[in-house]
Amino acid sequence: MNKIIKIIFLDILKSKIIIAYTLMLAILSWSSFVLEDNETKGVLTILNVILFTVPLVSVLFSTIYVYNSSEFVEMLLSQPVKRKKIWIGLFSGLSLSLVLAFLIGSGIPLLVYSPDKVGVMMIVMGSLISVIFASLACLGSIMTRDKAKGIGIAIMLWLYFALIFDGIVLFLLFQLSEYPIENAMVGITTLNPIDLARIQILLELDVSAMMGYTGAVFKKVLGTSSGLMISFALLCLWFVVPFWISLKKFIKKDL
Amino acid sequence: MIDIKNLNKKFGKHHVLKDVSVTSKKGECIALVGPNGCGKTTLIKSFLGMVVPDSGSIDFDGKSVLGEYEYRNRIGYMPQIGRYPDNMTIGQVFEMVQEIRQSNHLDKELYDAFKIEQLAHKKMSTLSGGTTQKVSAALAFIFNPEVLILDEPTAGLDPLASEILKEKIVKEKEKGKLVLITSHLLSELDDLVSEIIFMHEGRIEFHKPVQQLKDETQEDKLSRAISKVLKTTSKPLNDE
Repeated sequence: MNKIIKIIFLDILKSKIIIAYTLMLAILSWSSFVLEDNETKGVLTILNVILFTVPLVSVLFSTIYVYNSSEFVEMLLSQPVKRKKIWIGLFSGLSLSLVLAFLIGSGIPLLVYSPDKVGVMMIVMGSLISVIFASLACLGSIMTRDKAKGIGIAIMLWLYFALIFDGIVLFLLFQLSEYPIENAMVGITTLNPIDLARIQILLELDVSAMMGYTGAVFKKVLGTSSGLMISFALLCLWFVVPFWISLKKFIKKDL
Repeated sequence: MIDIKNLNKKFGKHHVLKDVSVTSKKGECIALVGPNGCGKTTLIKSFLGMVVPDSGSIDFDGKSVLGEYEYRNRIGYMPQIGRYPDNMTIGQVFEMVQEIRQSNHLDKELYDAFKIEQLAHKKMSTLSGGTTQKVSAALAFIFNPEVLILDEPTAGLDPLASEILKEKIVKEKEKGKLVLITSHLLSELDDLVSEIIFMHEGRIEFHKPVQQLKDETQEDKLSRAISKVLKTTSKPLNDE
């Protein structure tokens, strides 16, 4: 298994896209810290950048890479390699390189300017988001043989999690504002890994007071150490489950 | 060596393999022939584990291969259309497969005959169809496998290369290896094969030693013998 991960990992590192992605993250991160006058503002700016670009690049790059490696997968399948290992190798190689790009691009400036709990939390969340969207890309790309459709699915996934989901939540908030929905809001948030990561970091930043009563509920539920563990476990589920389903499908796939 | 029983495979509504059963022994050279789309490649791919059959069993040396992978150490496969990662060079492909196979017992005869060493720095995406075929052939033979599965081996090869490949196939067959070839070009198979399997619309029409087929049809050329069989059986085939 290590051999395949190594081959894929080295192959991805050679690609220009992953280098451009690292550079882009680095420029965005360094400039937000330099331009903002205090660290918290810088972290908030980066937070929004990370939660927007990292999922997009992760899901798109992974989808395209999975489609482009169909030849590679086919060749490996006629060699004595377990099917499971090929797919796990592909996913691990993708996740590793995306996380590495994030650590170099955003991790270093975060550690330099915000070497505390918040900075570490941001790095952990960014890495998890990278892995989660690589896993969603694996699932999306195994659904269809058609590359154009696959990329369409990837973009829809990103649109849904980054924009549409928040729209629906806002809509519900306004429609049901007469009712006590604060606890339900926490439940709904767990349905979106990006929101989960955002709230976790906002709680860490102590700006949850700005979110009103809902913020207080969030603080009460997710702000405790057991809440942190729960949201961490949920984020792990967010990459384990889609990948597991895609693995099951890959084992039965005809090539 | 290879025992296939009642294999069935459907692609959607299309029933590609219908109750296919094949047995083969060491030292045989089997030709798998039949019209386009009759399921030859699907049969081969099922044996290699690239296609998952719906029902039936595939045994290799008495052990089922379904869901297994180690048996592929003993198989050399040359695909009809070799598909390789575009951004890898020929040298890297060989290195990678060697690393996966962990084999030091290399048979570099075809590798040298096709002068692949000189092309090792070339990217796979820049190769012509014929050169890709040469790489596939060399890759299939280099690990000295016990079973060789060649899907349209001579398609796209120039006459010289195709002759080299044929000589190599004969040589390996004489070493007692099992060779399975699919081809449309029956004239090419004449001096190679010992057994013939004829497939039509997912069924095996017959599986006979070449000599028996020639005796039965009283033809000394394989291509003629087969076309004679086809003529006599063509009516029931068309009725389907």
